[in-house]
Amino acid sequence: MARIVILGAGISGHTVARYLSLWLGKEHRVTVVSPKPKWNWIPSNVWVGCGEMTVDQVTFELAPVYRKAGIEFLQARALSLHPEGDGTRARPFVRVEYTEAARLGQTEDLEYDYLVNATGPKLNFAGTPGLGPEGGHTVSVCTPEHALQANTQLQQCIKEMKKGERRRFVVGTGHGMCTCQGAAFEYIYNVDHALRQAGVRELADIVWISNEYELGDFGMGGVHITRGGYVTNGKVFAESLMVERGISWITRAAVTKIEPGKLHYETLDGAFHELDYDFAMLIPPFAGVGLKAFDKAGADITGEVFAPNGFMKVDADYQPKAFEEWNKKDWPKTYESPKYKNVFAVGIAFAPPHPISKVMKSPSGTQISPTPPRTGMPSAAIGKTVAANIRDLVKGKITAPVYTASMAEMGAACLASTGSDIFKGTAATMTVYPVVPDYETYPEYGRDMALTFGEIGLAGHWMKWILHYVFMYQAQLRPGWSILPD
Amino acid sequence: MTAKNKEPYQQAYYPPVPTRWVKYMRTSLVWQFVRFWVINFKILKLMLKSGH
Repeated sequence: MARIVILGAGISGHTVARYLSLWLGKEHRVTVVSPKPKWNWIPSNVWVGCGEMTVDQVTFELAPVYRKAGIEFLQARALSLHPEGDGTRARPFVRVEYTEAARLGQTEDLEYDYLVNATGPKLNFAGTPGLGPEGGHTVSVCTPEHALQANTQLQQCIKEMKKGERRRFVVGTGHGMCTCQGAAFEYIYNVDHALRQAGVRELADIVWISNEYELGDFGMGGVHITRGGYVTNGKVFAESLMVERGISWITRAAVTKIEPGKLHYETLDGAFHELDYDFAMLIPPFAGVGLKAFDKAGADITGEVFAPNGFMKVDADYQPKAFEEWNKKDWPKTYESPKYKNVFAVGIAFAPPHPISKVMKSPSGTQISPTPPRTGMPSAAIGKTVAANIRDLVKGKITAPVYTASMAEMGAACLASTGSDIFKGTAATMTVYPVVPDYETYPEYGRDMALTFGEIGLAGHWMKWILHYVFMYQAQLRPGWSILPD
Repeated sequence: MTAKNKEPYQQAYYPPVPTRWVKYMRTSLVWQFVRFWVINFKILKLMLKSGH
């Protein structure tokens, strides 16, 4: 019997768990370790952030779902990897610390045959002084609890605006190297929509601020789409929607410090600015969760297993190279650790070889350009692929991973809500193929123009709304879940 | 009274702004029902090419 330990129960980790339980059954032991007891459909947190959904609608308890599937669930956080065992045992193990009340603080060593690091991002609010809802001055939509708090503040602003007061809302990225601009992009339009529905939009000043060189970059170097007889950069469409909704924007900006009511930012030209705000939702930069690794002798090998940003090294090309030399072959395919063949990293937990958007720095050396996004569709695809490789390795059908899921060979679809309403809502639907531009196969724009498109409409809203329920159904392993798309 | 000139060369001066017809079509139930199926078909093609 093989034991597979999966660290993390987000979109990617949970995908690995459900497919392994389906394919391996009870003959092998699948263990999921997650510090939180609930699963969260993160794409709908934006709707919690503007009062359209409740926390209960975007989460569910993991324990009963895993129990039904025969998956062992431990509510704990991983502390360190020991992929060579230690002085007392040859078998590799991961040390975890329990976060559930009954065993709070207790540690346990979990031996494994295969390990999947699906720990996702550490929301690094500390990366910018004053950032974040816990000890800082800004709100976030990254977790359901944060999003709930964001909505509370939003509703308070609306209440004050109904008395005739003006308010400035700032939404975007809270650090020069953020990713996840898409979530902020969604949120700013939902805030605009909420203010219009409340009848107070004319008393609001809404400003977008991000580290993108131009709007529409989204951390993937922007996108070209064919529309109205032209091939047009997404910048044009992103700016169009901003102008349509009366939102102004600041790009090429690194927020450097946030005080109550005032944020400071540096722009790529080296200038320093301040912006007053009443409500600010700024995405934090991401880092790895801080796992350590030790060899058999107990020596710290964290730097060999993880990149400096805390994400785990996999089968990517990490040789530093100039933008002109970036290549699709740099990107991982099997997500296997190069050092330990039975260790994988999926979703946001793997270390990308480099960004997708060109690195830009101000004269003072501040990097003001996005790091690469790992959105839901690629994260699930990577999780399913790693599960397939582990399945066949466990069954002895292969001796090395054969299934691949390179972000330079897969597409992604994003549905960014621009206001929720069954008849009047809209969403921006965007697809890109591939996620990482491939100029060898598609020399002109790096992407397959037949599969790369974008449009705004009610259809997109219906799709996002339906997919919320589809993915919640699938994640709870309800009947027929495995025939639904990931 | 002479009309005030709109300030040119500002951020909002240049990007395209949808016409009333385009905005109407974004929430036209009939048209968006058609687009719903077209978009889903395009996403299905993308997923098939991605090997999902």
